Amino acid sequence: MSRSGRPLTHWQHRLAERGVDRQLWLLVPALVFVIALFLYPFFYGLTLSFQPTTGGPFSDYARFFSDSYERGTIGITLRIALPAALLNVLAAVPIAYRMRGRFRGKRLVTTLLVVPITLGTVLTAQGLLNFLGPTGWFNRVLLATNLVDEPVRLTHNYWGVFLSLVITGFPFAFLLVLSYLSGIDPTLERAAATLGADWRHRFTRITLPLLMPGLATTFCLTFVLAFSVFPSAVLVGNPAGETRVISLAAYQAAYEQYDYPYASAIAMIMGFVELVVIAVVLAARSRFYTGSTGGKG
Amino acid sequence: MSAFSQLRLDGVSRRFGGQAALTELDLTIGAGEFIALLGPSGCGKSTALNCLAGLLPLTAGSIWQDERRIDTLPPERRGFGMVFQSYALFPHLTVRANIAFGLRMRRLPKEETRRRTDEAVRLVRLEDHVDKLPGQLSGGQQQRVAIARAVVFEPSLVLMDEPLSNLDAKLRLEMRTEIRRLHQSLGLTTVYVTHDQEEALSLADRLVVLREGRVQQIGSPRELHTRPANWHVADFMGYRNLWRGRVERRDGARATVESSGHRLLGEVVGDVQAEAEAVLAVRPEDIRVDGPGEAHNALSATVEVVEYQGRELAAEARTDTGLLLHLRTERRIAPGDQVRLGVDPQRLLVYPADAAAAQTNRVPQASGATR
Repeated sequence: MSRSGRPLTHWQHRLAERGVDRQLWLLVPALVFVIALFLYPFFYGLTLSFQPTTGGPFSDYARFFSDSYERGTIGITLRIALPAALLNVLAAVPIAYRMRGRFRGKRLVTTLLVVPITLGTVLTAQGLLNFLGPTGWFNRVLLATNLVDEPVRLTHNYWGVFLSLVITGFPFAFLLVLSYLSGIDPTLERAAATLGADWRHRFTRITLPLLMPGLATTFCLTFVLAFSVFPSAVLVGNPAGETRVISLAAYQAAYEQYDYPYASAIAMIMGFVELVVIAVVLAARSRFYTGSTGGKG
Repeated sequence: MSAFSQLRLDGVSRRFGGQAALTELDLTIGAGEFIALLGPSGCGKSTALNCLAGLLPLTAGSIWQDERRIDTLPPERRGFGMVFQSYALFPHLTVRANIAFGLRMRRLPKEETRRRTDEAVRLVRLEDHVDKLPGQLSGGQQQRVAIARAVVFEPSLVLMDEPLSNLDAKLRLEMRTEIRRLHQSLGLTTVYVTHDQEEALSLADRLVVLREGRVQQIGSPRELHTRPANWHVADFMGYRNLWRGRVERRDGARATVESSGHRLLGEVVGDVQAEAEAVLAVRPEDIRVDGPGEAHNALSATVEVVEYQGRELAAEARTDTGLLLHLRTERRIAPGDQVRLGVDPQRLLVYPADAAAAQTNRVPQASGATR
């Protein structure tokens, strides 16, 4: 009994007040996964990166930034990943905008747009080589119609990797944008119409501002996907030159030079660059309205 | 926006797939009029409003603003203000920006936009909330923003789609008065959709009752209240007591109806023939309890359920022949009491029975009836 004479609240009630109950056990599998498959490897890599084979704790980081061939991979990867992510988001907006309502065949169109997710990078690369290669259909059509005199080089260079990232990244962007768009109450645009806004104003004044936070998130996700590009950089790119992306540098350090600490350092730098980009985008995102948009999404 | 002297809907129809939502609506709206479209859900009233706003294309018919055909114009070129049931306020814009939206779309000079927005804000008494986002406002305040936004650009017509249905009872009454006050002070032509007959009666100059996409009756609140054109309208206008009977005799405007042993005298509405099936309709408040010696329409009944409603009691009583009647009375009655009920023949309306009357249990036979 407490001083006031009332019985003490049962400990289970007090825990429940703080959100502690038996349902928390459901989190265990997820926690195990996060700890075993993310936190442990991450901190293992982080500590490893400060234990270079020679020199002080930061010498592998210094080594990366002092070598222009290595340092340049950051720029190369950004030059591929930023435009690819941007194009994916920008291309997804009009298509998702057109498809947010209900219409016959919507499921079929959505399936077609999303199929590239299931293909995987290797199959996409194979297809790109066959279609866009020097003797592929694309060039044969261009040559046959006399639009060009010699095959356009679209594989084994920047454009090959870029196109591969667009093909695999677009479905993600499209699905995300579509769900963000269907979260915006369609009555808002109808209201804007009755107030005298034509479709351009309805889009720029109402839909787009409400969609911007979603677009920022979508951009971040597709950017991260694109920034860690690896297979297509080798298969349809020029891995020794213009598409020597940062993950390739880490791979070479780890499995060609067997220098795990250096590879870990590169991986940490890679993660840091991604974080910087995401931080910039999210900072811009916070300038927009991010509350409820009234829809059912 | 250009005002008009009249707006004419000419056979306006709308189908969804094979389903007719609105069939040949003919209606002429005069400038400054307050029209209520009234009916149960699914009667086509919102369809009619959306057709008028330009948010739904017509499947047949035309809409004319004086001599100009407007049903082919997109909503943004009609210049009608609309208040949505969900308010549809722009969640990312402040109250001020929401209200000013229509003015900005019209590219009015900054000065004028500001002045007229301020005026509208004052009109709906939201001076203290202009810089808030809609999400920070209460339901009633959001409703006021929606109304201000729809009237600020002085539209030639204001459309309201069940604007009060999301408010609680007290606020609904307040806003109802507010809307009436706005209409009187601004003189804006208004078309108001509602399923609440009380709301429609109190606000509108003229009511249009719809059922299954068709106009049932167009008239003043008084006409609708005292003389619904058919038993469906009566049902909707608060004639809670509906039951069937057979016409024995018709004398001009009066008819004697036999209904399971009772002979009732009522006022004929529509085409009622002797020997034909009829539907009787009476309002709960028109049934008298234990009145002074009734000459006509006396029924003895047992009180079954009593609800306290302040000055009055609402009660259900079953007659000796099994007919359940809803009534309102100031007399203190209790369940189990034997009462004598009476109805003034003027207040007992006799309608011809249609096919629907035989099918629905809304209109029971008097004997053994459950409702």
